Amino acid sequence: MTFYDRIQEYSWDKITEQIHRKTAEDVRTALSPGTMDVDKFVSLVSPSADEVLEEIARSAQIITEQRFGRIVGLYAPMYLSNSCTNSCVYCSFNASNKMDRETLSVDQAVSEARHLHSQGFRHILLVSGEDQGMVSLDYLKEVVGKLRDLFDSISIEIYPMETGDYRELAASGVDGLIVYQETYNPYLYAKVHKAGKKKDYRWRIETPERGGSAGFRRVGIGALLGLDDWRTEAVYLAMHARHLMRRHWRSQVTISFPRLRPAVGGYTPPCPVSDRDLVHMLTALRVFLPDAGLLLSTRESKEFRDNMIPLGVTSMSAGSCTQVGGYTSDSASAGQFEIADHRSPEEVAETIKNIGYEPVWKDWDAAFIR
Amino acid sequence: MDTPLVIGGHTFTSRLLMGTGKFSSPEVMKEALQESGAEIVTVALRRVNIHDPKDSILANVDRERYTLLPNTSGARDAEEAVRLARLARAAGGGDFIKLEVTPDPNYLLPDPVETLKAAEILIRDGFIVLPYIHADPILAKRLEEAGTATVMPLGSPIGSNRGIRTRDAIEIIIEMARVPVVVDAGLGAPSHAAEAMEMGADAVLVNTAIAVAGDPPAMAGAFKKGTEAGREAYLAGLGKPRKKAEASSPLTGFLR
Repeated sequence: MTFYDRIQEYSWDKITEQIHRKTAEDVRTALSPGTMDVDKFVSLVSPSADEVLEEIARSAQIITEQRFGRIVGLYAPMYLSNSCTNSCVYCSFNASNKMDRETLSVDQAVSEARHLHSQGFRHILLVSGEDQGMVSLDYLKEVVGKLRDLFDSISIEIYPMETGDYRELAASGVDGLIVYQETYNPYLYAKVHKAGKKKDYRWRIETPERGGSAGFRRVGIGALLGLDDWRTEAVYLAMHARHLMRRHWRSQVTISFPRLRPAVGGYTPPCPVSDRDLVHMLTALRVFLPDAGLLLSTRESKEFRDNMIPLGVTSMSAGSCTQVGGYTSDSASAGQFEIADHRSPEEVAETIKNIGYEPVWKDWDAAFIR
Repeated sequence: MDTPLVIGGHTFTSRLLMGTGKFSSPEVMKEALQESGAEIVTVALRRVNIHDPKDSILANVDRERYTLLPNTSGARDAEEAVRLARLARAAGGGDFIKLEVTPDPNYLLPDPVETLKAAEILIRDGFIVLPYIHADPILAKRLEEAGTATVMPLGSPIGSNRGIRTRDAIEIIIEMARVPVVVDAGLGAPSHAAEAMEMGADAVLVNTAIAVAGDPPAMAGAFKKGTEAGREAYLAGLGKPRKKAEASSPLTGFLR
């Protein structure tokens, strides 16, 4: 049974209703010792839990320190292409947006990667719009083949693929997959994904499972924060993560927290997520999933990121550029979203140290799989 | 007078082995190592650049003073663990290898089947193999027969600080073992280390409880004392726990 099949017994509205029915008493039960289940998690993200946020945050800190130690992993995203066949209303890569479209040649990709390597990065995330014509499986394999000597870990955040294609990528040296559902609300999903293959909710939601079947070591999920009620998205994420952990028990599940930022096309998030909400969501997920990797990108400001380090974040991007080829050239094209933390990787590492954590550039070894 | 701990033909006086993960900085780690008195230090190969002597962790583990015990944590099967171990040795990591085959990334529980398979290969390759295992007495014997230098049963899941939850099985392992038994994983307090040593374990390995303590070097010192106290108590001969009180002078002594 896939996660898609499982959630057919739930409905977005019913879960939302359930969240809002939880009482202070339910929250106390959820916070008392004992096995965490989804129902307790629902209490933890309910409005009734708002006033015990400090307590949730403290638990999150203790659990994270216990399971991961005082360390923060660092990675860099590298944009391969902004070409896209989808029309997602919130994204600047939207096919109907008039903008310069670029795809890196393999050589250009290597020089961007060398730049990141020289900054100290050993974990890289390859990102692209969704256009199989421009970013083909063969192209990706070629890029990965050239990058594998530079990086200990290579992850991808591209378009959903078939299991067989993922297996080929895993064999060529990719060890992590990230794919956001954007929103777990199927009705809203249909509204904001107006054209392209991405319209298919089921195809997308089953992608992490295909990645797990293909043997990726890390499978990342996420919801785009600002599209719908973050509390309900959090419950779906929790269920999705647990489903993946049970079914693909050899893969680590990671969760990202992409909060909508200003983008070309001027999309205004209908359900803005405040700093407090994001802290609530992330720390509650940490309490529910002690071993999940939690990622925070440079979409967030430096102040916010620095404060989040002790609260459950395990990996951060740093010095990111969301423009294709932006690390080594003055790219004219628009980035996917606006960066809020403009510090260099070195500055971020230095801050992590000052907060009393160790910045970790390498927490994986290519020798495991290659 | 205690006998030394002998692992793979090498002699050690400290019975506390230490891990290097989860520390807030390499400097704190270095200080904790000093305070622990440990002579064997394990390092996750996935965390370090074994080729690079300036690596932030390796540079702080003085090879003159400590025996480096690289570990294969993160390996999902025997093939991966063996590949990693061979690369580490080729890069100057030495003959010691802490074999960890942990296919599940959450509880990091060891895979018994793949661990035995990897141990057999690595022993043929001439490694000194210290396998991390669940507290499974038969697996411990199988590994010993295969030629491992120790067995390292877990007290409770790695990083859980829950102490010795596998007591009955570890007692059997200790009773049956002909190689040193190192209780690894889950020891959250010096009293847990003392407990393992009182039971007759030959050594303990500690990481998380020291690394995430408020004052890691002080906690390392406390674990040193706990380990030593437990060992001394074991050598001194612990009284057996009994349900009823028993007078020190037997009441029926006059009958003889």
